[in-house]
Amino acid sequence: MATVTVDAPTPRTADASSAQHHPLQSSLSRGRRTRNRLANAWMILSLAIAAVPLLAVLVVLVVKGAGLIASTDWWTESIPSNVAANAFGTQEAQDAFGNVGTVAKTEEVVYGMQPAIVGTLLTTGLAALLSIPLGIAAAVYLNEYGGKNRSASTIRFFTDVMTGVPSVVMGIFVYTVWVLNFEQSGRSGLAGGLALACLMLPVVVRSAEEMLRLVPNSLREASAALGTPKWKTTTRVVLPAAMPGITSGAMLAIARAAGETAPILFTVGVVSATNFSLFGQNTTLSAQIFSNATQPGGESIAWGAALTLIVVVMAFTLAARFVSSKFAVRIDQ
Amino acid sequence: MTDLSLRPAAVTIDDLAGDRNATRPDTLFSNGAKVAGYLVLVILAAIAVSTTTKAWPAFRSEGVGFFLSDNWVPSQGHFGARAIIYGTLVVSAIALVVAVPLSIGIALFITELAPRRIRSSITTVMDVLASVPSVVFGLWGFLILRPDLKDFYNGVADAVSGIPVLRSVFGESLSGQSFMTAGLIVGLMIVPIITSIVREVFQTVPINEKHGALALGSTRWEMIRGVVFPHSTGGVVGAVMLGLGRAMGETIAVALVIGASPQITANLFGQGEAMPSVIARNLNEASGNYRAALIGLGVGLFALTILINISARLLVKRANATKGAR
Repeated sequence: MATVTVDAPTPRTADASSAQHHPLQSSLSRGRRTRNRLANAWMILSLAIAAVPLLAVLVVLVVKGAGLIASTDWWTESIPSNVAANAFGTQEAQDAFGNVGTVAKTEEVVYGMQPAIVGTLLTTGLAALLSIPLGIAAAVYLNEYGGKNRSASTIRFFTDVMTGVPSVVMGIFVYTVWVLNFEQSGRSGLAGGLALACLMLPVVVRSAEEMLRLVPNSLREASAALGTPKWKTTTRVVLPAAMPGITSGAMLAIARAAGETAPILFTVGVVSATNFSLFGQNTTLSAQIFSNATQPGGESIAWGAALTLIVVVMAFTLAARFVSSKFAVRIDQ
Repeated sequence: MTDLSLRPAAVTIDDLAGDRNATRPDTLFSNGAKVAGYLVLVILAAIAVSTTTKAWPAFRSEGVGFFLSDNWVPSQGHFGARAIIYGTLVVSAIALVVAVPLSIGIALFITELAPRRIRSSITTVMDVLASVPSVVFGLWGFLILRPDLKDFYNGVADAVSGIPVLRSVFGESLSGQSFMTAGLIVGLMIVPIITSIVREVFQTVPINEKHGALALGSTRWEMIRGVVFPHSTGGVVGAVMLGLGRAMGETIAVALVIGASPQITANLFGQGEAMPSVIARNLNEASGNYRAALIGLGVGLFALTILINISARLLVKRANATKGAR
């Protein structure tokens, strides 16, 4: 961008007149220059203030959680139920010098998180299976059929509005239509997946629609000119062209859903043994973080689960960025 | 639908155009897509109907008092949510005070100050910030930030203990769980969403006018104040409202750091309660009228965020409509 750099330092030359200020700079009063610098400082500081806590969170997660998730038990064992015993229990012990006193009880605790890892993959996977095809179909309607007509505009608007509906409301929704109706068997991975799907749907619709809009009309026209029916043009020409962008949008939606806790709390239930089925109660990483955060002795489990979750979420987020930058359709408008 | 048996045997232009083989799948396909499109509206309507129905017992027994009364004692069957609504508003207000200057600063940095090659890395930082799950921020706030903040709050409270108004706003902190802690964390969490929308709005400012201002000798800041801000007022207000909607619905982080005691107090360092967090913590164990009341809070939250989002989207839409005039 061609910006006039009014406060740039004067380039030094051998000329005797080099001691003079740049003509533009000399015309600036001290006050104007100060205000401009303050504004620059504000912009840079803002970024720093937002980035510092982010870094702090990531560092703390790695420091506190890396030990746990590095062990194989973490990925293969059930969630321990006896962590609280260590927090409260004490026992008599003798140290190397013969002094006797009470120390914290050290029961053998096997730190495992497999049930929550499986549960997270199950619920998020189901949500993706439900919301991505439906979301793409809705985007096809909005961009290929609806265009600017009234119903498409209305749907587009309310899709935007729906992205702003709090995730806890989606949880309550599935709780009222599903869990309350099935009482005993209501809480399940299936119910959690439904709640997450409601949350993902509008995100997928809007990002897929943006991507479909980027596909040049000349492609559609060329296909139509060959006598291809519209559904075939859409599925064989338009969607493949937009697929990298749609994939990256979908992955971002998956990343967001995997980290959600509020919709999970009322819909999934609790288990401490791995449940590979969509039916029956289940648990997720986010739910484990929430319940262990405030539980005595649960801190290390919470940190481990948080690091695991962040790894999953970041993997999807960065993969999405990679897909969109690597396979982006280079379209010359 | 054409009846196939009545069709003439001769090949018509319709057959050549693939009518029989193509039109049926085409209508099927477009109708399928249309159904998927309408699904969003159906879900929104279903949310409104189903939650309101289940919350009805609480609305009926409490009446207007559900939102106006300040008496929330579930064990005695009193459900007046005023203190909880107050908590949501206070936390959201703090969050906005934190997030708005930061977001506008970052958006300006990206659009006006940053060299082109580092712009995308800043966007990546924002994406990563946006992707950190709420519960992780909550965990960090509860286990790491809370003890330090408690000392900090009490230091501030001591420092202002002699000043009349400040004394009640910055009072003692019992546990470090407070409106302020929740507000700070939520503020951080809504920075990415406000930044991304404000940035889009700033990018619609006509470049000619920016160059014009600079050519007349404005400093960069004067150009921003004279050209960028006036052009973006509507969009920025819309973005801030979207952030507000997000802040109000923020659940898990708030549930961990707000303190779970509904009270109306000026003390920002005191414990409080917010609508989503009281639901998240209690809905699983609640039954009967308590359950209905919690779902009722959800209905209130849904209505509030829908209203805020509709007006915000309208503002952003109108602001971005000037894009075409460029």
